[in-house]
Amino acid sequence: MVFGAILAGGVGSRMNISDMPKQFLNLGDKPIIVHTLEKFRLCTRFDHIYIGVHPDWLTHMNDLIKKYIGECDDVHVVAGGSDRNSTIFNIIDDIEKNFGENDDNIIVTHDSVRPFVTQRMIIENIDAAEKYGAVDTATSAIDTIVESEDGEFIKAIPPRDKMYQGQTPQSFKISLLKKLYGELTKEEKATLTDACKICIVKNQPVYIVEGEISNIKITTVSDYKIAQAMVGGVKID
Amino acid sequence: MINYVYQLVSPKVFSVKYTDIDLNADRVIIRPNYMALCHADQRYFLGQRDIKVLNKKLPMALIHECCGIVEYDPTGTFEKGQKVVMIPNTPIRKNPVIFENYDKGTYFLSSGHDGFMREFVDLPPDRVVAYNGVPDEIAAITEFVSVTVHASTRFDLAAHENRDAIAIWGDGSLAYTLANVLKLRFPKTKLYVVGMDSRKLSHFSFVDGTYFANNIPEDFHFDHAFECCGGEGSFYAIDDIIKYINPQGNVVLMGVSENKVAINTRDILEKGLTFVGSSRSGRADFEKAVELMETDAFQKRINKIISVDTPVKSIKDIIKVFGDDLTTPFKTVFKWDM
Repeated sequence: MVFGAILAGGVGSRMNISDMPKQFLNLGDKPIIVHTLEKFRLCTRFDHIYIGVHPDWLTHMNDLIKKYIGECDDVHVVAGGSDRNSTIFNIIDDIEKNFGENDDNIIVTHDSVRPFVTQRMIIENIDAAEKYGAVDTATSAIDTIVESEDGEFIKAIPPRDKMYQGQTPQSFKISLLKKLYGELTKEEKATLTDACKICIVKNQPVYIVEGEISNIKITTVSDYKIAQAMVGGVKID
Repeated sequence: MINYVYQLVSPKVFSVKYTDIDLNADRVIIRPNYMALCHADQRYFLGQRDIKVLNKKLPMALIHECCGIVEYDPTGTFEKGQKVVMIPNTPIRKNPVIFENYDKGTYFLSSGHDGFMREFVDLPPDRVVAYNGVPDEIAAITEFVSVTVHASTRFDLAAHENRDAIAIWGDGSLAYTLANVLKLRFPKTKLYVVGMDSRKLSHFSFVDGTYFANNIPEDFHFDHAFECCGGEGSFYAIDDIIKYINPQGNVVLMGVSENKVAINTRDILEKGLTFVGSSRSGRADFEKAVELMETDAFQKRINKIISVDTPVKSIKDIIKVFGDDLTTPFKTVFKWDM
Protein backbone atom coordinates (compact mmCIF):
# COMPACT_ATOMS: atom_id res chain seq x y z
CA MET A 1 0.00 0.00 0.00
CA VAL A 2 1.03 3.61 -0.50
CA PHE A 3 0.56 6.13 2.31
CA GLY A 4 0.83 9.89 2.20
CA ALA A 5 2.19 11.50 5.36
CA ILE A 6 1.69 15.25 5.70
CA LEU A 7 3.86 16.57 8.48
CA ALA A 8 2.27 19.40 10.42
CA GLY A 9 3.69 18.95 13.89
CA GLY A 10 5.23 22.42 14.13
CA VAL A 11 3.78 25.38 16.00
CA GLY A 12 5.17 28.09 13.68
CA SER A 13 7.31 30.11 16.02
CA ARG A 14 9.17 31.80 13.16
CA MET A 15 6.15 33.57 11.69
CA ASN A 16 5.38 36.10 14.44
CA ILE A 17 2.24 37.08 12.58
CA SER A 18 -0.24 34.87 14.22
CA ASP A 19 -0.74 32.72 17.25
CA MET A 20 -1.72 29.98 14.86
CA PRO A 21 0.77 27.50 13.38
CA LYS A 22 1.66 28.59 9.84
CA GLN A 23 0.14 25.53 8.18
CA PHE A 24 -3.29 26.69 9.36
CA LEU A 25 -3.01 30.21 7.93
CA ASN A 26 -5.07 30.95 4.84
CA LEU A 27 -3.54 30.95 1.39
CA GLY A 28 -6.20 32.35 -0.89
CA ASP A 29 -9.44 31.35 0.77
CA LYS A 30 -8.39 28.18 2.56
CA PRO A 31 -5.67 27.07 4.97
CA ILE A 32 -2.27 26.12 3.58
CA ILE A 33 -2.57 22.57 4.89
CA VAL A 34 -5.90 22.08 3.11
CA HIS A 35 -4.24 22.99 -0.22
CA THR A 36 -1.55 20.39 0.50
CA LEU A 37 -4.06 17.74 1.57
CA GLU A 38 -6.21 18.34 -1.53
CA LYS A 39 -3.18 17.87 -3.80
CA PHE A 40 -2.37 14.57 -2.08
CA ARG A 41 -5.97 13.38 -2.21
CA LEU A 42 -6.08 13.90 -5.97
CA CYS A 43 -3.25 11.40 -6.43
CA THR A 44 -4.94 8.09 -7.10
CA ARG A 45 -1.80 6.16 -6.12
CA PHE A 46 -2.41 6.80 -2.41
CA ASP A 47 -4.41 4.28 -0.43
CA HIS A 48 -4.55 6.45 2.71
CA ILE A 49 -3.28 9.84 3.77
CA TYR A 50 -2.04 10.65 7.25
CA ILE A 51 -1.58 14.05 8.84
CA GLY A 52 0.73 14.36 11.82
CA VAL A 53 -0.37 17.38 13.87
CA HIS A 54 0.79 18.89 17.17
CA PRO A 55 -1.45 17.38 19.89
CA ASP A 56 -2.91 20.83 20.72
CA TRP A 57 -4.19 21.19 17.16
CA LEU A 58 -5.74 17.76 16.56
CA THR A 59 -9.31 18.96 17.00
CA HIS A 60 -8.72 21.99 14.80
CA MET A 61 -7.31 19.77 12.03
CA ASN A 62 -10.29 17.42 12.22
CA ASP A 63 -12.62 20.42 12.04
CA LEU A 64 -10.83 21.68 8.92
CA ILE A 65 -11.20 18.29 7.22
CA LYS A 66 -14.91 18.28 7.98
CA LYS A 67 -15.27 21.85 6.69
CA TYR A 68 -13.24 21.63 3.49
CA ILE A 69 -13.20 17.93 2.56
CA GLY A 70 -16.26 16.48 4.28
CA GLU A 71 -16.69 12.96 5.55
CA CYS A 72 -13.85 10.78 4.25
CA ASP A 73 -12.34 7.50 5.38
CA ASP A 74 -9.01 7.86 3.58
CA VAL A 75 -7.63 10.69 5.74
CA HIS A 76 -6.31 10.04 9.26
CA VAL A 77 -5.07 12.57 11.77
CA VAL A 78 -2.52 11.48 14.39
CA ALA A 79 -0.60 13.34 17.06
CA GLY A 80 2.87 14.48 16.03
CA GLY A 81 5.99 13.91 18.09
CA SER A 82 8.65 16.18 19.45
CA ASP A 83 10.46 16.43 16.13
CA ARG A 84 10.07 15.59 12.46
CA ASN A 85 11.20 11.99 12.63
CA SER A 86 9.16 11.16 15.72
CA THR A 87 6.08 12.49 13.91
CA ILE A 88 6.91 10.19 10.97
CA PHE A 89 7.28 7.21 13.29
CA ASN A 90 4.01 8.06 15.08
CA ILE A 91 2.35 7.88 11.66
CA ILE A 92 4.11 4.61 10.82
CA ASP A 93 2.95 3.13 14.14
CA ASP A 94 -0.64 4.01 13.29
CA ILE A 95 -0.30 2.65 9.75
CA GLU A 96 0.98 -0.69 11.04
CA LYS A 97 -1.63 -0.83 13.80
CA ASN A 98 -4.46 -0.36 11.28
CA PHE A 99 -3.10 -1.95 8.11
CA GLY A 100 -0.39 -4.34 9.31
CA GLU A 101 3.24 -4.59 8.26
CA ASN A 102 4.25 -5.25 4.68
CA ASP A 103 7.72 -5.01 3.13
CA ASP A 104 6.27 -3.20 0.10
CA ASN A 105 4.46 -0.44 2.01
CA ILE A 106 5.54 3.03 0.90
CA ILE A 107 5.33 6.27 2.84
CA VAL A 108 5.50 9.64 1.07
CA THR A 109 6.33 12.27 3.68
CA HIS A 110 5.72 15.92 2.89
CA ASP A 111 5.85 19.28 4.65
CA SER A 112 2.35 20.61 5.20
CA VAL A 113 3.70 24.08 4.39
CA ARG A 114 4.71 23.14 0.84
CA PRO A 115 1.30 23.48 -0.88
CA PHE A 116 2.92 24.06 -4.30
CA VAL A 117 3.96 20.42 -4.63
CA THR A 118 2.98 18.96 -8.02
CA GLN A 119 1.51 15.63 -9.05
CA ARG A 120 4.66 14.90 -11.02
CA MET A 121 6.79 15.14 -7.90
CA ILE A 122 4.41 12.93 -5.92
CA ILE A 123 4.13 10.28 -8.64
CA GLU A 124 7.89 10.24 -9.30
CA ASN A 125 8.46 9.87 -5.54
CA ILE A 126 6.18 6.83 -5.37
CA ASP A 127 7.72 5.24 -8.48
CA ALA A 128 11.27 5.81 -7.22
CA ALA A 129 10.47 4.63 -3.66
CA GLU A 130 9.15 1.37 -5.12
CA LYS A 131 12.34 0.98 -7.14
CA TYR A 132 15.07 2.35 -4.84
CA GLY A 133 13.55 2.29 -1.35
CA ALA A 134 14.51 5.86 -0.43
CA VAL A 135 13.83 9.12 -2.28
CA ASP A 136 14.41 12.82 -1.72
CA THR A 137 13.13 15.76 -3.76
CA ALA A 138 15.69 18.44 -4.56
CA THR A 139 16.48 21.26 -6.96
CA SER A 140 19.87 22.21 -8.31
CA ALA A 141 21.43 24.95 -6.19
CA ILE A 142 21.14 28.34 -7.85
CA ASP A 143 23.22 30.32 -5.36
CA THR A 144 26.76 29.30 -4.58
CA ILE A 145 26.80 27.34 -1.33
CA VAL A 146 29.46 28.35 1.18
CA GLU A 147 30.45 26.27 4.17
CA SER A 148 31.38 27.80 7.49
CA GLU A 149 31.85 26.24 10.88
CA ASP A 150 31.96 29.39 12.97
CA GLY A 151 29.56 31.56 10.97
CA GLU A 152 32.28 34.18 10.50
CA PHE A 153 34.70 32.72 7.98
CA ILE A 154 34.23 30.46 4.98
CA LYS A 155 35.75 27.05 5.38
CA ALA A 156 34.96 25.78 1.88
CA ILE A 157 33.01 26.53 -1.28
CA PRO A 158 31.79 23.22 -2.70
CA PRO A 159 31.33 23.02 -6.50
CA ARG A 160 27.86 24.40 -7.20
CA ASP A 161 27.05 21.86 -9.93
CA LYS A 162 27.13 19.16 -7.28
CA MET A 163 24.96 21.07 -4.80
CA TYR A 164 21.20 20.61 -4.48
CA GLN A 165 18.62 22.13 -2.21
CA GLY A 166 16.46 19.61 -0.42
CA GLN A 167 12.70 19.86 -0.51
CA THR A 168 9.93 17.37 0.11
CA PRO A 169 8.33 14.89 -0.57
CA GLN A 170 10.76 12.36 0.91
CA SER A 171 9.61 8.81 0.38
CA PHE A 172 10.62 5.42 1.71
CA LYS A 173 9.81 1.79 1.95
CA ILE A 174 8.54 1.76 5.52
CA SER A 175 10.35 -1.50 6.36
CA LEU A 176 13.68 -0.04 5.17
CA LEU A 177 13.25 3.21 7.10
CA LYS A 178 12.38 1.34 10.31
CA LYS A 179 15.34 -1.00 9.93
CA LEU A 180 17.83 1.81 9.34
CA TYR A 181 16.45 3.95 12.17
CA GLY A 182 16.66 0.98 14.53
CA GLU A 183 20.36 0.62 13.70
CA LEU A 184 21.23 4.25 14.57
CA THR A 185 23.11 5.03 17.75
CA LYS A 186 21.85 7.71 20.12
CA GLU A 187 24.60 10.03 18.87
CA GLU A 188 23.67 9.42 15.25
CA LYS A 189 20.01 10.12 15.99
CA ALA A 190 21.02 13.46 17.49
CA THR A 191 22.49 14.52 14.12
CA LEU A 192 19.30 13.92 12.14
CA THR A 193 17.68 16.90 10.49
CA ASP A 194 15.31 14.99 8.28
CA ALA A 195 14.27 11.46 7.37
CA CYS A 196 16.62 11.10 4.40
CA LYS A 197 19.57 11.61 6.68
CA ILE A 198 18.63 8.33 8.42
CA CYS A 199 19.49 6.65 5.11
CA ILE A 200 22.61 8.71 4.44
CA VAL A 201 24.07 7.96 7.88
CA LYS A 202 23.58 4.24 7.21
CA ASN A 203 24.98 4.47 3.63
CA GLN A 204 21.63 3.68 2.01
CA PRO A 205 21.45 5.26 -1.49
CA VAL A 206 18.75 7.92 -1.78
CA TYR A 207 17.37 8.66 -5.25
CA ILE A 208 16.76 12.32 -6.18
CA VAL A 209 13.47 13.41 -7.76
CA GLU A 210 13.67 16.82 -9.38
CA GLY A 211 11.78 19.42 -7.37
CA GLU A 212 10.61 22.87 -8.44
CA ILE A 213 11.78 26.25 -7.24
CA SER A 214 8.09 27.04 -6.80
CA ASN A 215 7.74 24.22 -4.27
CA ILE A 216 8.53 26.69 -1.52
CA LYS A 217 8.37 25.99 2.19
CA ILE A 218 6.25 28.66 3.80
CA THR A 219 8.26 29.27 6.94
CA THR A 220 8.80 33.01 7.33
CA VAL A 221 6.63 36.08 6.83
CA SER A 222 8.44 36.72 3.54
CA ASP A 223 7.66 33.20 2.31
CA TYR A 224 4.03 33.75 3.22
CA LYS A 225 3.90 37.03 1.31
CA ILE A 226 5.52 35.38 -1.72
CA ALA A 227 3.03 32.49 -1.58
CA GLN A 228 0.13 34.93 -1.35
CA ALA A 229 1.46 36.80 -4.37
CA MET A 230 1.91 33.53 -6.30
CA VAL A 231 -1.77 32.65 -5.96
CA GLY A 232 -2.80 36.24 -6.63
CA GLY A 233 -4.07 36.72 -3.10
CA VAL A 234 -4.17 39.76 -0.90
CA LYS A 235 -1.04 40.54 1.07
CA ILE A 236 -1.54 39.95 4.77
CA ASP A 237 0.79 41.70 7.21
CA MET B 1 -5.99 23.19 -4.21
CA ILE B 2 -3.20 25.06 -5.93
CA ASN B 3 -3.00 24.25 -9.61
CA TYR B 4 -0.15 24.94 -12.05
CA VAL B 5 -1.16 26.57 -15.33
CA TYR B 6 1.63 26.75 -17.90
CA GLN B 7 1.03 29.94 -19.87
CA LEU B 8 2.71 31.28 -22.97
CA VAL B 9 3.53 34.86 -21.95
CA SER B 10 5.28 35.90 -25.18
CA PRO B 11 6.55 33.92 -28.19
CA LYS B 12 8.64 30.95 -26.98
CA VAL B 13 8.42 32.06 -23.34
CA PHE B 14 6.35 30.16 -20.78
CA SER B 15 5.57 31.04 -17.20
CA VAL B 16 3.51 29.39 -14.47
CA LYS B 17 0.30 30.85 -13.16
CA TYR B 18 -0.93 29.39 -9.86
CA THR B 19 -4.67 29.12 -9.48
CA ASP B 20 -6.89 27.74 -6.77
CA ILE B 21 -9.26 24.98 -7.90
CA ASP B 22 -12.40 24.64 -5.80
CA LEU B 23 -12.89 20.90 -5.37
CA ASN B 24 -16.42 21.44 -4.10
CA ALA B 25 -17.66 23.06 -7.31
CA ASP B 26 -19.68 20.94 -9.75
CA ARG B 27 -16.72 20.36 -12.01
CA VAL B 28 -14.83 17.25 -13.02
CA ILE B 29 -11.13 17.28 -12.04
CA ILE B 30 -9.02 15.73 -14.80
CA ARG B 31 -5.30 15.07 -15.01
CA PRO B 32 -4.15 15.67 -18.60
CA ASN B 33 -2.48 12.56 -20.00
CA TYR B 34 -1.61 13.02 -23.70
CA MET B 35 -1.74 16.25 -25.69
CA ALA B 36 -1.50 17.09 -29.38
CA LEU B 37 -0.21 20.25 -31.01
CA CYS B 38 -2.29 22.23 -33.48
CA HIS B 39 -1.15 24.82 -36.03
CA ALA B 40 -2.99 27.43 -33.96
CA ASP B 41 -0.82 26.60 -30.92
CA GLN B 42 2.28 26.75 -33.07
CA ARG B 43 1.31 30.16 -34.47
CA TYR B 44 1.01 31.56 -30.94
CA PHE B 45 4.27 29.90 -29.87
CA LEU B 46 6.19 31.33 -32.83
CA GLY B 47 4.53 34.74 -32.57
CA GLN B 48 3.03 34.43 -36.04
CA ARG B 49 -0.27 36.01 -35.02
CA ASP B 50 -0.91 39.72 -35.42
CA ILE B 51 0.81 41.64 -32.60
CA LYS B 52 -2.56 43.06 -31.50
CA VAL B 53 -3.94 39.52 -31.18
CA LEU B 54 -0.89 38.39 -29.20
CA ASN B 55 -1.17 41.37 -26.87
CA LYS B 56 -4.85 40.67 -26.32
CA LYS B 57 -4.71 36.91 -25.81
CA LEU B 58 -1.42 36.30 -24.00
CA PRO B 59 -0.59 35.20 -21.39
CA MET B 60 -2.57 32.05 -22.05
CA ALA B 61 -2.12 28.29 -21.67
CA LEU B 62 -2.00 26.62 -25.09
CA ILE B 63 -3.33 23.23 -26.31
CA HIS B 64 -6.93 22.30 -27.01
CA GLU B 65 -6.35 18.68 -28.07
CA CYS B 66 -6.01 16.55 -24.99
CA CYS B 67 -7.13 13.37 -23.29
CA GLY B 68 -6.90 12.75 -19.57
CA ILE B 69 -7.92 10.73 -16.56
CA VAL B 70 -10.67 11.67 -14.13
CA GLU B 71 -9.15 12.09 -10.67
CA TYR B 72 -12.20 13.42 -8.85
CA ASP B 73 -15.79 14.11 -9.81
CA PRO B 74 -18.10 15.60 -7.19
CA THR B 75 -20.95 15.50 -9.75
CA GLY B 76 -20.86 11.69 -9.82
CA THR B 77 -20.92 11.63 -13.65
CA PHE B 78 -17.60 9.81 -14.06
CA GLU B 79 -15.79 7.12 -12.10
CA LYS B 80 -12.36 7.93 -10.73
CA GLY B 81 -9.80 6.68 -13.28
CA GLN B 82 -12.15 7.00 -16.28
CA LYS B 83 -10.28 8.00 -19.42
CA VAL B 84 -11.82 11.04 -21.06
CA VAL B 85 -11.38 13.63 -23.76
CA MET B 86 -11.97 17.30 -23.01
CA ILE B 87 -14.05 19.71 -25.07
CA PRO B 88 -12.39 23.13 -25.37
CA ASN B 89 -15.49 24.74 -26.83
CA THR B 90 -17.47 26.33 -24.01
CA PRO B 91 -21.00 27.55 -24.76
CA ILE B 92 -22.76 29.78 -22.25
CA ARG B 93 -26.32 28.75 -23.19
CA LYS B 94 -28.31 26.09 -25.01
CA ASN B 95 -29.36 27.17 -28.49
CA PRO B 96 -31.69 24.83 -30.44
CA VAL B 97 -30.85 26.40 -33.82
CA ILE B 98 -27.21 27.48 -33.82
CA PHE B 99 -24.41 24.95 -33.26
CA GLU B 100 -22.69 25.53 -29.91
CA ASN B 101 -19.35 26.26 -31.58
CA TYR B 102 -20.77 29.29 -33.42
CA ASP B 103 -23.19 30.65 -30.86
CA LYS B 104 -22.66 34.15 -29.50
CA GLY B 105 -20.83 34.15 -26.18
CA THR B 106 -19.24 30.76 -26.72
CA TYR B 107 -15.57 30.80 -25.87
CA PHE B 108 -12.72 28.43 -26.63
CA LEU B 109 -10.03 27.16 -24.25
CA SER B 110 -6.67 28.13 -25.78
CA SER B 111 -8.05 31.17 -27.58
CA GLY B 112 -8.44 33.98 -25.09
CA HIS B 113 -8.92 31.48 -22.25
CA ASP B 114 -6.40 29.04 -20.79
CA GLY B 115 -6.05 25.81 -22.75
CA PHE B 116 -5.16 22.40 -21.31
CA MET B 117 -1.48 22.91 -20.42
CA ARG B 118 -2.25 22.66 -16.75
CA GLU B 119 -1.46 20.30 -13.91
CA PHE B 120 -5.18 19.60 -13.53
CA VAL B 121 -8.11 20.70 -15.67
CA ASP B 122 -11.52 21.36 -14.11
CA LEU B 123 -14.51 21.25 -16.44
CA PRO B 124 -18.30 20.98 -16.20
CA PRO B 125 -19.34 17.35 -16.84
CA ASP B 126 -20.94 18.20 -20.19
CA ARG B 127 -17.51 19.29 -21.48
CA VAL B 128 -16.07 15.83 -20.86
CA VAL B 129 -16.58 12.69 -22.99
CA ALA B 130 -15.52 9.22 -21.83
CA TYR B 131 -13.63 6.82 -24.11
CA ASN B 132 -12.69 3.18 -23.87
CA GLY B 133 -10.61 1.03 -26.17
CA VAL B 134 -8.71 3.85 -27.85
CA PRO B 135 -4.93 4.11 -27.32
CA ASP B 136 -4.24 7.29 -25.34
CA GLU B 137 -1.88 8.78 -27.92
CA ILE B 138 -4.64 8.47 -30.52
CA ALA B 139 -7.35 9.71 -28.14
CA ALA B 140 -5.22 12.86 -27.75
CA ILE B 141 -6.34 14.05 -31.20
CA THR B 142 -10.06 13.49 -30.64
CA GLU B 143 -10.73 17.23 -30.83
CA PHE B 144 -9.01 17.29 -34.21
CA VAL B 145 -11.12 14.37 -35.42
CA SER B 146 -14.26 16.03 -34.05
CA VAL B 147 -13.57 19.12 -36.15
CA THR B 148 -13.68 16.98 -39.29
CA VAL B 149 -16.80 15.18 -38.01
CA HIS B 150 -18.43 18.58 -37.59
CA ALA B 151 -17.43 19.65 -41.11
CA SER B 152 -18.87 16.44 -42.55
CA THR B 153 -22.12 17.10 -40.66
CA ARG B 154 -22.31 20.66 -41.98
CA PHE B 155 -21.72 19.26 -45.46
CA ASP B 156 -24.42 16.62 -45.03
CA LEU B 157 -26.95 19.25 -43.93
CA ALA B 158 -26.14 21.72 -46.70
CA ALA B 159 -25.17 19.75 -49.82
CA HIS B 160 -27.60 18.58 -52.51
CA GLU B 161 -28.04 14.87 -52.97
CA ASN B 162 -25.74 14.41 -55.97
CA ARG B 163 -22.74 13.06 -54.14
CA ASP B 164 -20.94 10.91 -56.67
CA ALA B 165 -17.60 12.60 -56.03
CA ILE B 166 -16.06 14.83 -53.39
CA ALA B 167 -12.67 16.54 -53.63
CA ILE B 168 -10.49 17.63 -50.76
CA TRP B 169 -7.89 20.35 -51.31
CA GLY B 170 -4.96 19.85 -48.96
CA ASP B 171 -2.62 17.00 -48.03
CA GLY B 172 -1.93 17.68 -44.36
CA SER B 173 -3.32 16.22 -41.15
CA LEU B 174 -6.69 17.93 -41.50
CA ALA B 175 -7.23 16.64 -45.05
CA TYR B 176 -6.09 13.14 -44.06
CA THR B 177 -8.39 12.93 -41.05
CA LEU B 178 -11.31 14.44 -42.95
CA ALA B 179 -10.80 11.92 -45.76
CA ASN B 180 -11.01 9.09 -43.24
CA VAL B 181 -14.21 10.46 -41.73
CA LEU B 182 -15.83 11.07 -45.13
CA LYS B 183 -14.92 7.56 -46.30
CA LEU B 184 -16.72 6.10 -43.31
CA ARG B 185 -19.73 8.41 -43.38
CA PHE B 186 -20.24 8.42 -47.17
CA PRO B 187 -18.85 5.07 -48.34
CA LYS B 188 -20.49 5.19 -51.79
CA THR B 189 -19.01 8.59 -52.68
CA LYS B 190 -15.74 8.70 -54.64
CA LEU B 191 -13.12 10.71 -52.80
CA TYR B 192 -10.26 12.66 -54.41
CA VAL B 193 -7.43 14.59 -52.78
CA VAL B 194 -5.50 17.46 -54.33
CA GLY B 195 -2.16 18.35 -52.74
CA MET B 196 1.38 19.53 -53.24
CA ASP B 197 3.57 17.04 -51.38
CA SER B 198 4.06 13.59 -52.92
CA ARG B 199 5.22 12.12 -49.60
CA LYS B 200 2.09 13.31 -47.83
CA LEU B 201 -0.23 12.36 -50.71
CA SER B 202 1.14 8.82 -50.62
CA HIS B 203 -0.54 8.35 -47.23
CA PHE B 204 -3.98 8.70 -48.83
CA SER B 205 -3.99 5.06 -50.00
CA PHE B 206 -7.68 4.59 -49.19
CA VAL B 207 -9.10 7.36 -51.45
CA ASP B 208 -10.12 7.00 -55.08
CA GLY B 209 -7.49 9.32 -56.54
CA THR B 210 -4.89 11.94 -55.74
CA TYR B 211 -3.70 14.84 -57.87
CA PHE B 212 -0.94 17.41 -57.69
CA ALA B 213 -2.34 20.92 -57.46
CA ASN B 214 -0.10 22.04 -60.32
CA ASN B 215 -1.15 19.21 -62.58
CA ILE B 216 -4.91 18.79 -62.32
CA PRO B 217 -6.49 17.13 -65.40
CA GLU B 218 -8.86 19.42 -67.28
CA ASP B 219 -11.65 16.80 -67.12
CA PHE B 220 -11.49 16.59 -63.32
CA HIS B 221 -14.98 17.23 -61.93
CA PHE B 222 -16.69 16.61 -58.62
CA ASP B 223 -19.96 17.52 -56.93
CA HIS B 224 -18.67 19.01 -53.69
CA ALA B 225 -15.39 20.06 -52.12
CA PHE B 226 -13.59 20.71 -48.84
CA GLU B 227 -10.81 23.28 -48.59
CA CYS B 228 -8.21 22.19 -45.99
CA CYS B 229 -5.24 24.36 -46.95
CA GLY B 230 -5.47 27.63 -45.08
CA GLY B 231 -2.79 30.30 -45.07
CA GLU B 232 -1.35 31.40 -48.38
CA GLY B 233 -2.68 28.24 -50.01
CA SER B 234 -6.31 29.24 -49.47
CA PHE B 235 -6.45 31.54 -52.47
CA TYR B 236 -5.18 28.93 -54.95
CA ALA B 237 -7.25 26.12 -53.44
CA ILE B 238 -10.52 28.07 -53.51
CA ASP B 239 -9.79 29.32 -57.02
CA ASP B 240 -9.19 25.78 -58.31
CA ILE B 241 -12.25 24.41 -56.52
CA ILE B 242 -14.45 27.05 -58.17
CA LYS B 243 -12.89 26.17 -61.53
CA TYR B 244 -13.40 22.40 -61.37
CA ILE B 245 -16.53 21.89 -59.22
CA ASN B 246 -19.87 20.97 -60.78
CA PRO B 247 -22.71 23.55 -60.71
CA GLN B 248 -24.52 24.12 -57.41
CA GLY B 249 -21.77 22.35 -55.54
CA ASN B 250 -21.18 22.79 -51.86
CA VAL B 251 -17.75 24.04 -50.72
CA VAL B 252 -16.78 23.64 -47.07
CA LEU B 253 -14.02 26.02 -46.01
CA MET B 254 -11.86 24.67 -43.17
CA GLY B 255 -8.42 26.25 -43.60
CA VAL B 256 -7.55 29.25 -41.45
CA SER B 257 -5.94 32.25 -43.11
CA GLU B 258 -4.43 35.23 -41.31
CA ASN B 259 -5.02 37.43 -44.36
CA LYS B 260 -8.14 38.16 -46.37
CA VAL B 261 -8.52 35.92 -49.43
CA ALA B 262 -9.70 37.18 -52.83
CA ILE B 263 -12.43 34.97 -54.30
CA ASN B 264 -13.76 34.66 -57.85
CA THR B 265 -17.36 35.65 -57.04
CA ARG B 266 -18.34 35.86 -60.72
CA ASP B 267 -17.95 32.11 -61.17
CA ILE B 268 -19.51 31.36 -57.78
CA LEU B 269 -22.60 33.20 -58.96
CA GLU B 270 -22.51 31.64 -62.39
CA LYS B 271 -22.28 28.11 -60.97
CA GLY B 272 -24.64 28.78 -58.07
CA LEU B 273 -22.17 27.49 -55.51
CA THR B 274 -22.70 27.36 -51.77
CA PHE B 275 -19.83 28.12 -49.40
CA VAL B 276 -19.99 26.84 -45.84
CA GLY B 277 -17.56 27.92 -43.15
CA SER B 278 -16.75 25.17 -40.70
CA SER B 279 -14.71 25.67 -37.57
CA ARG B 280 -14.22 23.84 -34.29
CA SER B 281 -16.79 21.39 -32.92
CA GLY B 282 -19.22 20.63 -30.13
CA ARG B 283 -20.19 17.80 -27.83
CA ALA B 284 -22.15 15.83 -30.45
CA ASP B 285 -19.10 15.90 -32.75
CA PHE B 286 -16.87 14.65 -29.94
CA GLU B 287 -19.25 11.76 -29.24
CA LYS B 288 -19.30 10.79 -32.91
CA ALA B 289 -15.50 11.16 -33.10
CA VAL B 290 -15.03 8.82 -30.13
CA GLU B 291 -17.40 6.31 -31.75
CA LEU B 292 -15.31 6.37 -34.95
CA MET B 293 -12.03 6.19 -33.05
CA GLU B 294 -13.11 3.09 -31.21
CA THR B 295 -13.06 1.17 -34.51
CA ASP B 296 -9.87 -0.69 -35.28
CA ALA B 297 -9.50 0.37 -38.94
CA PHE B 298 -9.92 4.05 -38.12
CA GLN B 299 -7.34 3.83 -35.32
CA LYS B 300 -4.81 2.17 -37.61
CA ARG B 301 -5.19 4.84 -40.27
CA ILE B 302 -5.09 7.75 -37.81
CA ASN B 303 -2.05 6.21 -36.14
CA LYS B 304 -0.11 6.79 -39.39
CA ILE B 305 -0.16 10.55 -38.93
CA ILE B 306 0.80 10.61 -35.26
CA SER B 307 4.34 11.26 -34.15
CA VAL B 308 4.76 10.62 -30.41
CA ASP B 309 7.41 12.88 -28.90
CA THR B 310 9.24 12.38 -25.59
CA PRO B 311 7.21 13.03 -22.41
CA VAL B 312 6.98 16.61 -21.19
CA LYS B 313 8.18 17.04 -17.60
CA SER B 314 9.39 20.65 -17.56
CA ILE B 315 8.98 23.98 -19.30
CA LYS B 316 12.19 23.17 -21.19
CA ASP B 317 10.43 20.07 -22.54
CA ILE B 318 7.43 22.17 -23.64
CA ILE B 319 9.71 24.37 -25.74
CA LYS B 320 11.42 21.27 -27.15
CA VAL B 321 8.15 19.66 -28.24
CA PHE B 322 7.09 22.82 -30.10
CA GLY B 323 10.45 22.80 -31.86
CA ASP B 324 10.15 19.11 -32.74
CA ASP B 325 6.68 19.71 -34.16
CA LEU B 326 8.16 21.95 -36.84
CA THR B 327 10.08 18.97 -38.23
CA THR B 328 7.23 16.42 -38.29
CA PRO B 329 4.92 16.27 -41.31
CA PHE B 330 1.68 15.55 -39.46
CA LYS B 331 0.50 15.54 -35.82
CA THR B 332 2.81 15.78 -32.81
CA VAL B 333 1.50 14.04 -29.68
CA PHE B 334 3.23 13.91 -26.31
CA LYS B 335 2.67 12.58 -22.80
CA TRP B 336 2.05 15.28 -20.23
CA ASP B 337 3.92 14.50 -17.01
CA MET B 338 3.91 17.93 -15.39
